[in-house]
Amino acid sequence: MFKYFAHTKADIEKMLKSLNIDSMDDLFDELPKEVILDSDYDIPSFMSESELRSYFEELGNQNKELTLFSGLGAYDHYQPAVIDAITSRQEFMTSYTPYQPEVAQGTLQYIFEYQSMIQTLTGMDVSNASMYDGTTSTAEACFMAAAIRKKDKILISRTLNPNTINVIQTYLKFKGLEWDFIESKDGVTNLENLKKKLDNDIAGVVVQNPNFFGIIENYEGFSEIIKDNKSLFIINADISTLGVLKTSYELGADIACGECQSLGMPVSFGGPYLGYLATNKKYVRKMPGRICGYTNDLEGNRAYVLTLQAREQHIRRSKANSNICSNQSLMALFVTIYLSIMGKRGLKKVNNLSYQGSHYLYDKLIETGKFSDPFKKPFLKEFVLETSLSHDLIKEALLENNIFGGFSLASFGEEYENLINFAVTEKRTKSEIDNLIRILEGLS
Amino acid sequence: MIEYNKLIFELSIEDRIGYSLPDTKFNNYNISDLDEVFLRVDNPDLPEVSELDVLRHFTNISNKNFGVENGFYPLGSCTMKYNPKINEEIANSRNFKRLHPLQPIFTTQGAFKVYYDLQKILSEISGLSEFSLNPYAGAHGELIGLMIIKKYHESRGDFHKNKIIIPDSAHGTNPASVVVCGMEVIEIESNERGRVDVDFLKETVSNRDDIAGMMLTNPNTLGMFEDDICKISKLIHEAGGLMYNDGANLNALLGKVRPGDMGFDVMHINLHKTFSTPHGGGGPGSGPVGVTEELSDFLPNPRVKKMDDNFYVENSDEAIGQISSFYGNYLVSLRALIYLLTLGKENIKYVGRYATLNANYIKNALKTVYELPISGNCMHEVVFNGLINKENDVKTLDIAKRLLDYGMHAPTIYFPLLFSQAIMIEPTETESLQTLDEFINIMHKIAIEAKETPDKLKDAPTRTPIRRTDEVFAAKQMIFSYKDYLNYIDKRDN
Repeated sequence: MFKYFAHTKADIEKMLKSLNIDSMDDLFDELPKEVILDSDYDIPSFMSESELRSYFEELGNQNKELTLFSGLGAYDHYQPAVIDAITSRQEFMTSYTPYQPEVAQGTLQYIFEYQSMIQTLTGMDVSNASMYDGTTSTAEACFMAAAIRKKDKILISRTLNPNTINVIQTYLKFKGLEWDFIESKDGVTNLENLKKKLDNDIAGVVVQNPNFFGIIENYEGFSEIIKDNKSLFIINADISTLGVLKTSYELGADIACGECQSLGMPVSFGGPYLGYLATNKKYVRKMPGRICGYTNDLEGNRAYVLTLQAREQHIRRSKANSNICSNQSLMALFVTIYLSIMGKRGLKKVNNLSYQGSHYLYDKLIETGKFSDPFKKPFLKEFVLETSLSHDLIKEALLENNIFGGFSLASFGEEYENLINFAVTEKRTKSEIDNLIRILEGLS
Repeated sequence: MIEYNKLIFELSIEDRIGYSLPDTKFNNYNISDLDEVFLRVDNPDLPEVSELDVLRHFTNISNKNFGVENGFYPLGSCTMKYNPKINEEIANSRNFKRLHPLQPIFTTQGAFKVYYDLQKILSEISGLSEFSLNPYAGAHGELIGLMIIKKYHESRGDFHKNKIIIPDSAHGTNPASVVVCGMEVIEIESNERGRVDVDFLKETVSNRDDIAGMMLTNPNTLGMFEDDICKISKLIHEAGGLMYNDGANLNALLGKVRPGDMGFDVMHINLHKTFSTPHGGGGPGSGPVGVTEELSDFLPNPRVKKMDDNFYVENSDEAIGQISSFYGNYLVSLRALIYLLTLGKENIKYVGRYATLNANYIKNALKTVYELPISGNCMHEVVFNGLINKENDVKTLDIAKRLLDYGMHAPTIYFPLLFSQAIMIEPTETESLQTLDEFINIMHKIAIEAKETPDKLKDAPTRTPIRRTDEVFAAKQMIFSYKDYLNYIDKRDN
């Protein structure tokens, strides 16, 4: 007997009798004898619920929750309590992909609302129902550009987060597409280098804003040059920042993509997060993933359905532009609830508080004389500095105080080895920031 | 009760707020200090609503959804088993969800142990050497698995090996993944037993040296076990190819047979199917990829390794590369490990048996009124081809919609593509005999209605929050956002 199996001995006997067999094993008589397991798996024995609780509590205690002062793709923003309350409802959490719209209007409606919110934040015409994460949504954006322009090469700015660059490279390499880099200068994408590298083979150009260094780049002039070359402009942005920064549309993007973790998701040791993807309506048929559309039922009631499915793998099979099947639906619900709670003012305020805290920290660190800014460019909530202090010393000193911050970018590549990263969200209090400054000031 | 049908945007009242944020701490700074060239011109059109507005809105729309706790969910190929509450409780503890993926590894040893132990257990269950938990979903796992196959051939200088054999019963993601991975598909027809035709396969691979491998779902999407699997694996291996197992149907095999022992070299597992993590209305899932020892160097970066009792992270140049931001859908992996430890080796062996018993029980009870295209024992799911009695032109769609009226979720319909009226039923091991009997009774009742009052089926559903939808309208009008909706209303009314 086991709590997740309902069958009693009598039930099983009754069922076997109806099938005219003696044992459940008879149902497997087509399995080749030589491969049938004759013993239990070599895995742990079962645990009772209380044992599980203690076991995972003990495991959890081997982890340490730290005060987060670095970001690099995972940001410690506030999560309204409402989010967990709603997303844990079984109607949302346990349901399947909404292929039967009559009993899935809850899911379909929040996807429609999610798409609407991504639409207004990016300024683009249409968002899909979401992607796995910001890196894969950017790689899929590159595929889209190649399919739309029927060209094989992508230009990638060096100021993208190296994680994103790595994922794009993996995707392009296996698909048989090519890429080249636009060099950076003083921490930003070099326009002259872009001009030099744009040629007839280029399907798309990918940039990030704010970039890997936290810098808000000035992309004025980019879109004109890229469009003159008949290439597509792909802009990756942390979606939260679009509450205040120029929208992807205003910057001239043809495809907007990036990470949504900062909208209500805990850092979760890296996932689940959610990637967004948005574009102009004229490219919608080349867009990967699920798309929800408004319609009516046969009594004229409002209804929502998955639509334009002829783009997708379950219809087009080997002719599909993407193999993607699922979205990160429940995480799209996180985003939808978060943005409903924050509204236009709240999102602006979150950005402003993060801006204020990060700039205060930045100024104070520069004042210590131990840190310098190699780039001196505008930033929002995240910045990089050079320091005369050893990166390990900073790491150790902060850890002693249960702080994760000043993350050394050396692990991302030699070219970044002098840089350390700080991020400040609205969650960081003045006393936490002052404490951080005090610790770093005392190091030598 | 009047059906709630508002969009969140329609609740918006200017100046209403739902958030609670700290007061400004640093008045010397303001975002408006930024050059206006960087700032958006208009505020985004987000709703302005109160906290209670938000709760009522989402609670109301959630009531239009059907979840596993609402009732029977026999969706074929989706393994809609019960999603245990203890998994949620533990996965929600701050000791896991408040960890930054880049924080020092000695502050996340417990988290790495979860990753490592799960990949170990999956390896044992699969008969493979090592798993990466980084792939985000089944289709993502397929792509990563194919990348490994491609990389393997390239590492041996076999750049010409770029064909993947796929049966026509496969999920659409299989051929799509092959193409995204820069390879080509050779599709082969199933035989009259709904399985791979070994002689035809032999012919297909003979005299070719470009076979990179074969993707096979076993049991296949007809719910049938590929009983020639050992011969198939041998043929592909002799042709220099590798065997890929689409693990979508792994549930049937739990406790009975391991994919690695059948000759599979690479596979993905859908944690959201076999290992009970919630489907979430379409994600987040998780699609760990496992390989034989020979292929383990190609697994994606980053890899979680163990030395003595310590866990560390390794990035290798031999790997196919990085395919995710960090460690995949980590909290989904955590749930799967909790589930596996809840079952343990003592209980897991019944999963495949009960799932298969349940499917065969349904098959046997319905085959007198629903057309069974393939005879013999099925595994965890059974596929019918509509009603035997076709006289009133009642379609599979009508049957599915009528089931909704009876408070059950519809099975998967019109897949696999081999039969024009496919109905694919997967009961899973967590359903009781009483639930199965109730389903069987309803299916019989529907068959009688099809004969006597067919309009009841063609009009169905009538007891659901909405009736059948106008899909042509959706595709034609392309209303994908509230902005589109307002434009549409504006145009319609003027």
